[in-house]
Amino acid sequence: MKHLSEYRDPELVEKYLEEINKTVTRPWSIMEVCGGQTHSLVKHGLIQLLPDNINMIHGPGCPVCVTPLNLIDKAIFLAEDKGVILCSFGDMLRVPGSNKSLLQAKAEGADIRILYSPLEAVSLAQKNPDKEVVFFAVGFETTAPANALSVLRAAELDLPNYSILTSHVLVPPAMKAVMDDPDCRIDSFLAAGHVCTIMGINEYFPIVEKYKIPIVVTGFEPVDLLHGILLTVKQLEKGEAKLENQYTRIVRSEGNKNAMSVIEKTFDIHDREWRGIGTIPDSGYELRTDYKMYDANLKFQIDLPKAIESEICIAGEILKGIKKPHQCPAFGKECTPEMPLGAPMVSSEGACAAYYNFSNIQEAPLPQD
Amino acid sequence: MSTDTKIKMGLQCPMPQLDFEYITLGHGSGGLLTNKLLNSGVFKLFSNPFLDKQHDGAIINTSGELAITTDSFVVSPIFFPGGNIGELSVFGTVNDLAMCGARPKYLTLGFILEEGLTMKEFWDVLVGIKWAAEESGVQIITGDTKVVDKGKGDKVFINTTGVGELLPGASIDQNNIKVGDKIIVSGQVATHGVAIMSVRKGLEFETTIESDTRCLHKMVEGLIEQFGQKVKFLRDPTRGGIGTSLTEMSKSASWGINIHQDNLPTDQQVESACELLGLDPLYVANEGIFLTIVDPDIANEAVNILRQHEYGTHAAIIGEIVEDHPGQAVLFSGIGGKRVINMLIGEQLPRIC
Repeated sequence: MKHLSEYRDPELVEKYLEEINKTVTRPWSIMEVCGGQTHSLVKHGLIQLLPDNINMIHGPGCPVCVTPLNLIDKAIFLAEDKGVILCSFGDMLRVPGSNKSLLQAKAEGADIRILYSPLEAVSLAQKNPDKEVVFFAVGFETTAPANALSVLRAAELDLPNYSILTSHVLVPPAMKAVMDDPDCRIDSFLAAGHVCTIMGINEYFPIVEKYKIPIVVTGFEPVDLLHGILLTVKQLEKGEAKLENQYTRIVRSEGNKNAMSVIEKTFDIHDREWRGIGTIPDSGYELRTDYKMYDANLKFQIDLPKAIESEICIAGEILKGIKKPHQCPAFGKECTPEMPLGAPMVSSEGACAAYYNFSNIQEAPLPQD
Repeated sequence: MSTDTKIKMGLQCPMPQLDFEYITLGHGSGGLLTNKLLNSGVFKLFSNPFLDKQHDGAIINTSGELAITTDSFVVSPIFFPGGNIGELSVFGTVNDLAMCGARPKYLTLGFILEEGLTMKEFWDVLVGIKWAAEESGVQIITGDTKVVDKGKGDKVFINTTGVGELLPGASIDQNNIKVGDKIIVSGQVATHGVAIMSVRKGLEFETTIESDTRCLHKMVEGLIEQFGQKVKFLRDPTRGGIGTSLTEMSKSASWGINIHQDNLPTDQQVESACELLGLDPLYVANEGIFLTIVDPDIANEAVNILRQHEYGTHAAIIGEIVEDHPGQAVLFSGIGGKRVINMLIGEQLPRIC
């Protein structure tokens, strides 16, 4: 496929693998931050092609996985209100809440719409003035501009019946939280290419500086990932810690200024709770004071009992890269994509689902029926 | 050529003059309005000795073994690039019969119409059915029409039953499959699903991708005539795509399946659309292709025969039956990695970043 096949070229893949093999002399643990990268590593069977000395650790960059249970319960509570149309990206629907998922609520009659763009939710609000339209605004820096734009559009149209339920999370604070964890055993990061497309790469210099850890901004195709891995291994073997950009065909150092200004206009930075990890300081977006009337959390005062997580799910350890999915006792048994206990088993970008769906035959054999 | 006959048929079958523009609850009452609807053109459109009797059912003469299948069609939207729900219902049913190794003969049609459907839409669906039935060489021998209140259906649902006669020499049975057998796909994967997605509400994107809905039994007949029992298994990978079909096949087997991604025929546009929407072509619905497992001796020749057919130009050997990993289908990626192919859970939901 044009613009894709060249990044899936078997000859280039082999060339990079050879170079990685030649370069690596010791074991290294590399965290790919973004769930999209995890998905690609597993989907293309890259993990088993890498030398044994390279241990890929799957990071917390799956927005669906880190959305707090309590917020999912809130979304379900809102959706079940007859006066509300709840709109969401598709991935959120199967994530289990305390009692049910949005998909179950939909089957029970809640008006829940799967959308590709938050601007469609604004149009829905225009068309349904007698309903409250709530968009479940989940995601990293990548989805923030579109969500912000929907609020700006609603403000422009003076729509009183549109609001967003935000759970916007930010990558750099999560990387810091991973490094600050005493159990952390990560030697380098592949930073999330698409997040950097929006935000640029400057936020990562302080992390490199503070933790003396190589960071390579990396894309999502096999050739990108192997190139990113090679660049980090080269640094690690030389004892260097630099910020490098592998994904130069997409990522500009300064990022996308238009998108950043839309974000800045609409959101400011707050502490945020990450499912499985806990509260990370300054790690999320909330609507600015000027746009508070579009904050569903404030608009609908919802007081729900504190959500209780499954006791056997080890999502937190998975998201911090301390354990791998198949090391969870529930993996493929009590917990499957069909009946997930935790979010990483739900999203196509969740490490557990990626392992379950595309599992490497040796590393994570599936239980036979 | 098929498209030409389709256009011609539309011209030859103009909508009858009716004194109603919309389907109403009365059209399903069995009374005057139902009669008016059927007699205004439906019976004439599908005219054949069985239907012309206008009896409660049809009496058919058959010899030998029969294959019977039933299917329901609820596609949304009912008109999509490359077809409509009417054509789909005929081809879908005919193809199920073909996968049993049978030659499709007769079809029954049950319509569940939603009040408010325009007569024009209903007529276009009917003309689609007529065209597809002629393409497939089947007769519509009996049917039923019911109407539900607005909001209780989605324009048109169609339920079918298909009857076919088993082809001489056909022995389609999973138990015949042996290690070493080859897996062939008759055409490009994922086309139908992407064509439907491209016109789903809220998702419209510009593309020239058209559904590949069509009848497959002539290709199947060609294979069985030539190779008889060496054609061991047939499956049309509709919902759930070829990934689900391959998993189903291997699930309880004493052998495994190897699939080579490089050999999977896919249209470039379809592949790009899948990438954009976060869909895996392995799990996207097909309507115009089938999978077959054949004896290794005849695999190349079988592909050549398929390729001579207008719907089989992209036919290819995509994998083989192996001793390793019994019960699992394994995909060898284009870059040398491998992964297990699992069954699709729920709907394929789009990725969010």
